[in-house]
Amino acid sequence: MSAAITAPAKAVPSAKRRGAKRVLPGFGLTLGYTIFYLSIIVLIPLATLLFKTFELTWDQFWTTISAPIAVAAYKVTFGASLIAALVNLVFGMLIAWVLVRYTFPGKKIVDALVDLPFALPTAVAGISLTALLADNGWIGQLFAPLGIQLVFNRVGIVFALIFIGLPFVVRTVQPVLEDFERELEEAAGSLGASRWQTFYKVILPAIGPALLTGFAMAFARAVGEYGSVIFVSNNIPMESQITPFVIMAKLELHDYAGATAIAMVMLVISFVLLLLINGLQSWQRKRSGA
Amino acid sequence: MKFGGFKSLVVAAALVASGSALAQNQLLNVSYDVAREFYKDYNTAFIAHYKKTKGVDIKVDQSHGGSSAQARAVSEGLAADVVTFNTTTDVEFLAEKGVVAKDWAKKFPNDASPTTSTMLFLVRNGNPKGIKDWDDLIKPGVQVVVVNPKLGGNGRYAYLAAWGQAREKGGSDADAQAYISKLYKNVPVLAKGGRDATAAFLQRNVGDVLITFESEVVSIDREFGKGKVDPVYPSVSITAENPVAVVERTVEKKGTAELAKAYLDFLYSDEGQEIAASHAIRPRSEAVLKKHADIFKPIKQFTVGKYFGSLGEAQKTHFGDGGYFDKLFTEPKK
Repeated sequence: MSAAITAPAKAVPSAKRRGAKRVLPGFGLTLGYTIFYLSIIVLIPLATLLFKTFELTWDQFWTTISAPIAVAAYKVTFGASLIAALVNLVFGMLIAWVLVRYTFPGKKIVDALVDLPFALPTAVAGISLTALLADNGWIGQLFAPLGIQLVFNRVGIVFALIFIGLPFVVRTVQPVLEDFERELEEAAGSLGASRWQTFYKVILPAIGPALLTGFAMAFARAVGEYGSVIFVSNNIPMESQITPFVIMAKLELHDYAGATAIAMVMLVISFVLLLLINGLQSWQRKRSGA
Repeated sequence: MKFGGFKSLVVAAALVASGSALAQNQLLNVSYDVAREFYKDYNTAFIAHYKKTKGVDIKVDQSHGGSSAQARAVSEGLAADVVTFNTTTDVEFLAEKGVVAKDWAKKFPNDASPTTSTMLFLVRNGNPKGIKDWDDLIKPGVQVVVVNPKLGGNGRYAYLAAWGQAREKGGSDADAQAYISKLYKNVPVLAKGGRDATAAFLQRNVGDVLITFESEVVSIDREFGKGKVDPVYPSVSITAENPVAVVERTVEKKGTAELAKAYLDFLYSDEGQEIAASHAIRPRSEAVLKKHADIFKPIKQFTVGKYFGSLGEAQKTHFGDGGYFDKLFTEPKK
């Protein structure tokens, strides 16, 4: 990372030790409030999830979460989310790059378009995607004669997850790229680095943590996505059912405890994955900051 | 005025506070998705009927959604006065929770189901694949669009109809299971609800045949039928009951018991049955049914009870975790 960014970050701990005045009241109060607020908004609702699963015995819990259909659904959910987040990682970075480095007519509109998946009800996204990608849709009809089906299968799921995850990478990378000093690139160039070397050794380390954050958010968002996916998938068990769909199916059969048991599994896997990504991110920050 | 908004807020709050007095003449009917248009017409007729016989002005609100989701909302406190569903299990669920009477099925004639429906096929115009009966659905190369039985009454009845017809033709449970497994191999999309299945079949051009409620088949045929799709009446199908019940929990609190009962009773009247028929929902009244023989082509029907005990039992053995439906997809392919 550039010296300009790391220098103040290093200065902060020394300021802390001296007990410099903070804008907001002391640590005790703010932390207390943070925990209180998080409890009400996040922890208590999640705790009810946990309590609902207590209705099951350990055996029932295990049978529910390890049922073949449930396991297949975890694989589809996390697999498709991973692919979608990786695609967003590459193309989100590209879009951020174009938005930061170039000016062109209609740039403001393109910039606003990026946020659309944030605002759109996901069911609308699902309906539009099927209209577009179905065998009789604008794009789908080009692929149908080749025997390639774009929706009502796993491919459709990935498309939907790419769509809803796109803004995350763009919006996390964009500000970092804006702060990035072009002189560093020029310096690298004047020292004889190739374009690829400049990208790989100068730019990528600087935007790395932001990229990872964007990736993690796009991934997490995709894991929980339901609305758009059910429209573009054919929802066949063992093949193209996502976990939220399995949860919904259990609720429809009034099996609350079973539904929350599966939800718990998702929660735990997502939490562990996000923790891993956070760890990776701080490791990278340290490495590039040193 | 600046205070205009505030004033109306106070008035609204006062109205809510006195709501119990007002609400006595107000009903909330919580119902399933595709019954929206039917109950819109029915409510108008009932309000006029009540005014004429009792001289009282009333108001009826309606709420529609997936039958099971609606049942869940009511069990969790949605103040419905009456529920009108498309699967008995949803009312049974409310009975277990003590929200409706335990003996709800005995409170009104015909097991508290004033109307029924059945499952029919819809095929593409001219029936290019020559689909006439259930056996045509399992031929190789035929694609069948159905609702996921885990997600809705529509899908459950389609599955049970397919299973039951094999029994009706003299087959054993094993034969029925073999039929079902072939059928679901021909399913390209397991839709999440009746309307979703219709959209996939009609707008996305998925599949050669759609299995859905008669009311849906007829209304699609009326709206889009010309030159697009044709209804097909199989040799035999299932009777799908539309159960109704008074929500005791709410009516006790609001004092609407009498009104709620009158509302559901009227469904059995000639006028109520007539309105149902006009929406392609099968009336129980033989006279009304005969009058609309053009809509309700005669079809041999069997009840859920005949092969499955009850919908609740069918739910356990067929649609629950590890039930027959799950096995279709988890058992190794032969």
